[in-house]
Amino acid sequence: MSEQPEPLSVEPPEDGAAGRVLIILPAWNEQEALPAVLDDLMETLPWVDVLVVNDGSTDRTGEVARRGRTLVLDLPINLGVGGAMRAGYKYARAKGYDVAVQLDADGQHDPQEVPRLLETMLAEGADVVIGARFAGEGTYSVRGPRRWAMRLLSVVLSRVAGTRLTDTTSGFKAANRRAIELFAREYPAEYLGDTVESLVISARSGLLVRQVGVSMRPRAGGTPSHNPALAALFLARALLALLIALTRPVTTRIETS
Amino acid sequence: MRLYGLALATCVVVVLFLFMLLRTRRMKEKYAAIWLALVVAVCVVGLFPSAVAATARAVGVATPSNLLFAAALAVLFCVCIQLSVELSTIEEETRTLTEEVAMLRLDLETSRGVAPPTSTAHDVEEEQE
Repeated sequence: MSEQPEPLSVEPPEDGAAGRVLIILPAWNEQEALPAVLDDLMETLPWVDVLVVNDGSTDRTGEVARRGRTLVLDLPINLGVGGAMRAGYKYARAKGYDVAVQLDADGQHDPQEVPRLLETMLAEGADVVIGARFAGEGTYSVRGPRRWAMRLLSVVLSRVAGTRLTDTTSGFKAANRRAIELFAREYPAEYLGDTVESLVISARSGLLVRQVGVSMRPRAGGTPSHNPALAALFLARALLALLIALTRPVTTRIETS
Repeated sequence: MRLYGLALATCVVVVLFLFMLLRTRRMKEKYAAIWLALVVAVCVVGLFPSAVAATARAVGVATPSNLLFAAALAVLFCVCIQLSVELSTIEEETRTLTEEVAMLRLDLETSRGVAPPTSTAHDVEEEQE
């Protein structure tokens, strides 16, 4: 991270066309990576509000998150990524934000890519925009059963969403008012619910899902697991999550404007 | 016959125990119902063992005790599923409460001036009132 150039301030698309933007960072025991991520965010995007959802951390995440103009939502119990995200979307809905962008707190998502998500949202009239890591850009690579699982997910979810999705497990997403309304009610707390199932729910509730390619930074801590047994388990759980998400009744239909 | 007496005595003790739990509100009626039904069934079997034998013959089970075991398994299975469902409901309720508590705390911090003001400080919920 140290060899990266100083972050530049990035302007919002079309000067305010995106409206009020809230960045949501779900953070669980991220005291090491979080301060740098927050400083980078506030320097790069001075026109957004930043909300850290401290997901019942046992370290000093809650303390280090309170810097600059960051808002902190302290969950007293660990709810998992999906739980933290729904809390964040509920806050965005209560405060009337026009767009909510979710970012990982470990610094792998570059704040400079946020305007690109917003521009895609405006240009394509999308309700949900996924920042997808493409092969060749960034350093993310997977192989074996985990790769098959991700391929399968992208094929199935592309069909469900009616658009080409290459990176369905990305935690880099922008949601407009309609999507915020849906996610505030229905963001699943299950395993893979924050990525796979939330996409299925979006598509089946009549939201327009689009993706845009973004470059990713290497993860601040740890590398993706290549243990074949764990990868097989991931495949099985992904299939189960997909099966349940595709067959469960649609309870919320967002009216098409 | 002594064994049937023992079964009946156990049933009475279980009923009394359930009643006590209900009286002290340590168990809700909806959970006690299935156990009470089970106890009544065991009493019937204890009083009229021939009923089991007759049922076993009717459904084609060679050994009457196996019918009992199968029935017991089915009942316990149902109880476990019911408890899993109730637990999931409670988890969902806890999740909602957790969110509300966190949002209230942030609102409190904002109104006290501890948390920084947002880009435009307006509250949709308040506007709708």
